[in-house]
Amino acid sequence: MPSAIFRIWRGAVAPRDAGPAARHDAGFVDYSLEITPGMVVLDAVHRIQAEQAPDLAVRWNCKAGKCGSCSAEINGMPRLMCMTRLNHLPLDRPVQIEPMKTFPIVRDLVTDVSWNYSVKRRIRPLAPRPPDAADGTWRMQQQDMDRVQEFRKCIECYLCQDVCHVLREHQGFDAFAGPRFFTHIAALEMHPLDRDSRLRELREEFGLGLCNITKCCTKVCPEYIHITDNAIIPLKERVVDEFYDPLKKLFRRKKGSAPA
Amino acid sequence: MGSLDVGVRRGGLGNTSRPDAWWAYPSAVFLGLTGFVVYSTWAALQGNYFYFHNYLSPFYSPLLFWSHGGIRSWFGAPPHWLVNVSPALLILWAPGGFRLSCYYYRGAYYKSHWADPPACAVGEPRLRYRGERSFPLILQNVHRYFMYLAVLFIFILGKDAWEAMWFRAPGGHGREFGIGVGTLVLTLNVILLAGYTFGCHSLRHLIGGGRDRLSSLPGRACAYRCVTKLNNRHMAWAWCSLFWVAFSDLYVRLCAMGIWHDWRILR
Repeated sequence: MPSAIFRIWRGAVAPRDAGPAARHDAGFVDYSLEITPGMVVLDAVHRIQAEQAPDLAVRWNCKAGKCGSCSAEINGMPRLMCMTRLNHLPLDRPVQIEPMKTFPIVRDLVTDVSWNYSVKRRIRPLAPRPPDAADGTWRMQQQDMDRVQEFRKCIECYLCQDVCHVLREHQGFDAFAGPRFFTHIAALEMHPLDRDSRLRELREEFGLGLCNITKCCTKVCPEYIHITDNAIIPLKERVVDEFYDPLKKLFRRKKGSAPA
Repeated sequence: MGSLDVGVRRGGLGNTSRPDAWWAYPSAVFLGLTGFVVYSTWAALQGNYFYFHNYLSPFYSPLLFWSHGGIRSWFGAPPHWLVNVSPALLILWAPGGFRLSCYYYRGAYYKSHWADPPACAVGEPRLRYRGERSFPLILQNVHRYFMYLAVLFIFILGKDAWEAMWFRAPGGHGREFGIGVGTLVLTLNVILLAGYTFGCHSLRHLIGGGRDRLSSLPGRACAYRCVTKLNNRHMAWAWCSLFWVAFSDLYVRLCAMGIWHDWRILR
């Protein structure tokens, strides 16, 4: 049976913060493992946990790419461990598995992603128009919901937040919401029932202008949501409508600011 | 938003755990875009060999002023203060601005030329980052105005492709229909440029993406779907049209210089 080496980050200090002083507490540990056809990285981590390192901390739940729990960095790229098949990785060298680098580490492969929850709480929820029917229900066309439903596929794995360089490299946590929440806001802004506008917050509080559309978020999304093309750029265009386009402003003033 | 203590960062240019050739794609983009800018600047500064019989280089179209004969310009001879200026310089700022502020190219050259970031999950050289929120990159928001001009250029280049089908008749009297290799080159050029321009993110927004209930506007919904289809391949259209517009100029230039012979496929 073929074997592979898994180089896993161990410790309560993040890989990029582990200076010489911290190295005795944290570092990569190699585990050799026999692999079988069809294995994914999470299977390998589970077997290592069962057979070699019972104290290895890893967060997981569904093993089907739907809960967003097992986010990590595999060979340097943010990925779900349960959706990364070993036969798609080069096994002639160690498979390196690290915790997400953008968020504070808890231990081993587990990070604290609670900052994302605090961002979400700041986003105003859907503000639907009054019901269309006397029984308190609304009427919508599927065609109008298609765009929004793409965004609702999000499993909140936060891989897009992890790879976004505004958070990862520049720690823009106090001025930037990140691609996950631009997708969430796009789902609200484009909703056919919604009457609210979040464009001012997008520009000022959530830092949409900090995004320089490098599409890394789209590249790592395990649900294949077109985050940049279908959420961020349309939101940027709406912000241009509202704040930067003089002709639109003039047109809006003449029309009396009719909602879309 | 709330700050988050993630400890001291030890990034730096190229810092990554990625073992793959992450540098290959940004390097290819760097070479492609830089090569195009160098060639197009050189070609625009030449001010000669930009037409060959009924073919006009897309770098020089529309030809606003020209006084040396051989081809008609829109406004005839240039005013005296424009005599020494290449006609390409009067118009190239519009398609150039359209590409420079294009959402796809922005993402591409921020990576390849600014290393901001050089590739996904790869460290950057600078700590300071202002994004597109302040001057000068806030000016990228002008993209939709360049798009309006780029749409006009498609019609002008379409007319050029049509003109490229009408050759001087033997004996010099009138014109006759024909197709040469140059006709195909200029026609493909306008098709590729149209595919790129009509798949623009700003156009997609203005034609229907800015509305939440498109179902009540079937015409705009149909247009939105068409633009979306082109937009899905925006990167491919961007590169193909970029390469081909430079090649179209080169083809006309080499024909005009007598280096290449323009074969007539259909007389």
